[in-house]
Amino acid sequence: MNSKRPVNLDLSTIHFPLPALTSITHRITGVILFVGLIFAFWALSASLSSPAGFDAVSSALANNFLAKLIAWGLLSAFAFHFVAGIKHLVMDADIGVTLEGGEKKAQITVVVSAVLIILAGVWVW
Amino acid sequence: MVTNITSFSRSGLSDWLMQRVSAVVMAFYAVFLVAYLLFNPGLDYYAWSGLFAQTWMRIFSLLAFISLSAHAWVGLWTVTTDYIKPTNVRVGVQMFVILAIFAFLVWSIQILWGA
Repeated sequence: MNSKRPVNLDLSTIHFPLPALTSITHRITGVILFVGLIFAFWALSASLSSPAGFDAVSSALANNFLAKLIAWGLLSAFAFHFVAGIKHLVMDADIGVTLEGGEKKAQITVVVSAVLIILAGVWVW
Repeated sequence: MVTNITSFSRSGLSDWLMQRVSAVVMAFYAVFLVAYLLFNPGLDYYAWSGLFAQTWMRIFSLLAFISLSAHAWVGLWTVTTDYIKPTNVRVGVQMFVILAIFAFLVWSIQILWGA
């Protein structure tokens, strides 16, 4: 075997840049939101069906841990998808379409959606 | 140029625009709903169903749900086209997605005008 072969494939030093991670998260949250529609539609349907249905939804959201977790999870996925979507619109407007701009916008996306996810958690609990 | 017979409008540019317009409609709807719930903490059934009994709210909701259908299709078409390579599996999943979107749309009309 040729000993002069370069051996710098240290996988732990190779990672996706942040904009790639926010991009794949945008896709994953989109798929999660589509699956989560079933819960949102159930809640909307039940809450509008009758006073008893409304109470069932509001008491589930007030007392049921699993319901709270699902609500928070979907609100979190929505918050990220929303912020990352606005990032897309900003890019469409040709603002900050550079390597540094992309990195910066990805950082802003992470920070703003993290704040919204915490606020959503406060709202649910 | 994207010309794929399963894309929403057989044009990548048109799909791109559809994705943006539907996103903006849903963004307004979502912000409205969140603001409404935040400003009405002790909401009861009569106020809530009264909101959805208004014609403007039904039109706004239907617009948001139609936007959701278009947006979900363009998004899921993109994701399935990128990651599911075997044609029969991909088309199968895409047909299921179309069926699910159709069911959600019918359900939403039922919620808004039924009961």
